[in-house]
Amino acid sequence: MLKIDNLHVKLEEEDKQILKGLSLEVPAGQVHAIMGPNGSGKSTLSYVLSGRDGYDVTEGSASLDGESLLDMEPEERAAAGLFLAFQYPVEIPGVGNMTFLRTAVNAQRKARGQDELSSGDFLKLVRAKAAELQISPDMLKRPVNVGFSGGEKKRNEILQMAMLEPRMCIMDETDSGLDVDAMRLVSDGVNALRSPDRSFLVITHYQRLLNHIQPDVVHIMADGRIVKSGGPELALQVEQEGYGDLLSEAR
Amino acid sequence: MADLAVRTKDQTPSIEGAPKPAGALDARLAALNLPQGGFAAARQDAAARLREMGLPGPRDEYWRYTDPRRFNAPAPAALPIPQADETPLFDGLDKLTLVFVDGAFDKAASDDLALQGVEIATLAQADAGKGWAGDLYGVLEARGQKPVKRPFAALNTAYARDGLLIRVTATPAKPIHVVHRRGTTDADAMWHHVIRIERGAELTLLETGMSGARSNSVIEVDVAEGGTFHHVASKRAADPRVGIGHIFARVAAQAQFKSFALSVNGTTMRNETVIDIAGDDAVAHVAAAVLGDGERAPFHHDDTVFITHGAERCESRQVFKKVLKNGATGVFQGKILVRPGAQKTDGYQISQALLLDERSQFLAKPELEIYADDVKCSHGSTTGAIDDEALFYLRSRGVPRERAIVFLVLSFLADALAEVEDDGIRDRIYERLDVWLTLNAVQ
Repeated sequence: MLKIDNLHVKLEEEDKQILKGLSLEVPAGQVHAIMGPNGSGKSTLSYVLSGRDGYDVTEGSASLDGESLLDMEPEERAAAGLFLAFQYPVEIPGVGNMTFLRTAVNAQRKARGQDELSSGDFLKLVRAKAAELQISPDMLKRPVNVGFSGGEKKRNEILQMAMLEPRMCIMDETDSGLDVDAMRLVSDGVNALRSPDRSFLVITHYQRLLNHIQPDVVHIMADGRIVKSGGPELALQVEQEGYGDLLSEAR
Repeated sequence: MADLAVRTKDQTPSIEGAPKPAGALDARLAALNLPQGGFAAARQDAAARLREMGLPGPRDEYWRYTDPRRFNAPAPAALPIPQADETPLFDGLDKLTLVFVDGAFDKAASDDLALQGVEIATLAQADAGKGWAGDLYGVLEARGQKPVKRPFAALNTAYARDGLLIRVTATPAKPIHVVHRRGTTDADAMWHHVIRIERGAELTLLETGMSGARSNSVIEVDVAEGGTFHHVASKRAADPRVGIGHIFARVAAQAQFKSFALSVNGTTMRNETVIDIAGDDAVAHVAAAVLGDGERAPFHHDDTVFITHGAERCESRQVFKKVLKNGATGVFQGKILVRPGAQKTDGYQISQALLLDERSQFLAKPELEIYADDVKCSHGSTTGAIDDEALFYLRSRGVPRERAIVFLVLSFLADALAEVEDDGIRDRIYERLDVWLTLNAVQ
């Protein structure tokens, strides 16, 4: 599904190398988690994969189902099946949540050569999915993320994910700012989307999210590289011991 | 933006410097004759005031950001008349439609001047200027000449040939829609509406289109106690135009004045709004959304607002948003004057520009002048570009870049559009903006 090979990335504006030869493969149907200390490049990885400006790929490759991602515009990557759940979802006053979502769904369908959803079909679908995430009809009508609590914003991200049905979901610290109940709602939403042909890359600081969304593989990232990979027990080890031992062991 | 209670010296002096050579004014007036008939005294008075103040020159502070030469010129440059290329904005809405061609009322193209609760007459047909309109014509304009001179408004009062005299005694069932059309390529259109909203009554006035190759319009609105006046104006994409417009409003106790203007492209426009909040607990809102693209013709759009608070517990809001590209220039001069004794005033002013390239510019001069000690006044002005983070967010969901920019432009304009109270009218404006933006009007 997602294949990253020897990826080197630096910031465009300052000559600072962030990713230094990162390699990673997420097969179809699997959930992989990335953990790592602050500044290890986790968020950069998610932005580079989804096509945000400001990063220079100096070496290496990243592909989705064999198709190179790095030459695509962000909207093309989305249509190809990539989705990034933002750590800080952006507020867009004056643009209705529903209008935005319908535009996104239909733009992707169009890009893939599918028929656009009618207003009626879209409404039916979005109402059903919103109800599962306990997103009220009022939240659907409000401007995108405006006046949403931290938990509501994250649930809104999962709603977008559910509507867009991506094949590869990257979740950038989705657990940050969530209380216990919100974390359960978000995790249930994600778990409901797990399927043999959908994969997840879950970036997190904390093991507790991984109690809810159980990963197949856990990667430890440090200084722009994956330094160790293992099963879910690796996350527990981080939680108990911190990164210190793991990192010195990797060196 | 900080809450401010600042007393500033009057920075908007009247027309200054040596008197202009009479030749320029004479040349400007050469092709004009004082219309005979109604409002002769008001017209002569305005002509005399104009003679005294002269035309603005390049050194006038109030004209620092907008070159008055195109308004001073004896005749307008001819402008082609665009083909109608779209359904008029308010088509399908239940309304009384009144058509003006180059500033003159077109009876044949208009609905009958009959609307329950409203007396409607035209300026050209008015009698000697007796009655309520005689008490109003040129009166608010003359009052609005202090402390800043507005010569083109005096010119209009003196020479306007036509316009509407509207008196609302009871709230009508539907809005009045004034449709302006071009007739000849070089018409110098000048029209003047006088509107009186009687106690407790309400009127919505819609205005669309443009008259003349150059236009000069004045609207005088007197809103009596508890009355409400809504004005929604839209000047559309395909009309090249040069124009100056003035609105003079007097707002009595518990009355409301609310105006919103949408302006898309064009050449040189200046809109002055002068509001006198005269009674306690009154409300005045002025808002505009402007899209300017300098590619086909130079774009210069000036909104100049002067709101005077002269009573207690009144609220005023100014919300101006301009989206500029291809070397377009946006101007905002906005002033809130709080007179002694106008306690508990709540004055708010925001002017913002979204620059879609580095060649466009926004010139803003917000001013507060406050002589009461228990007031809340704030002003803010910002100039910015498309927010990269928001653009990326939308694109990451599969929204193509061009469409994402349309969303962000609409988002930027949202606060100004929110000033349109009627949902149906606001929705139509949103839909039309969406179409214009999608057709590359501004991208």
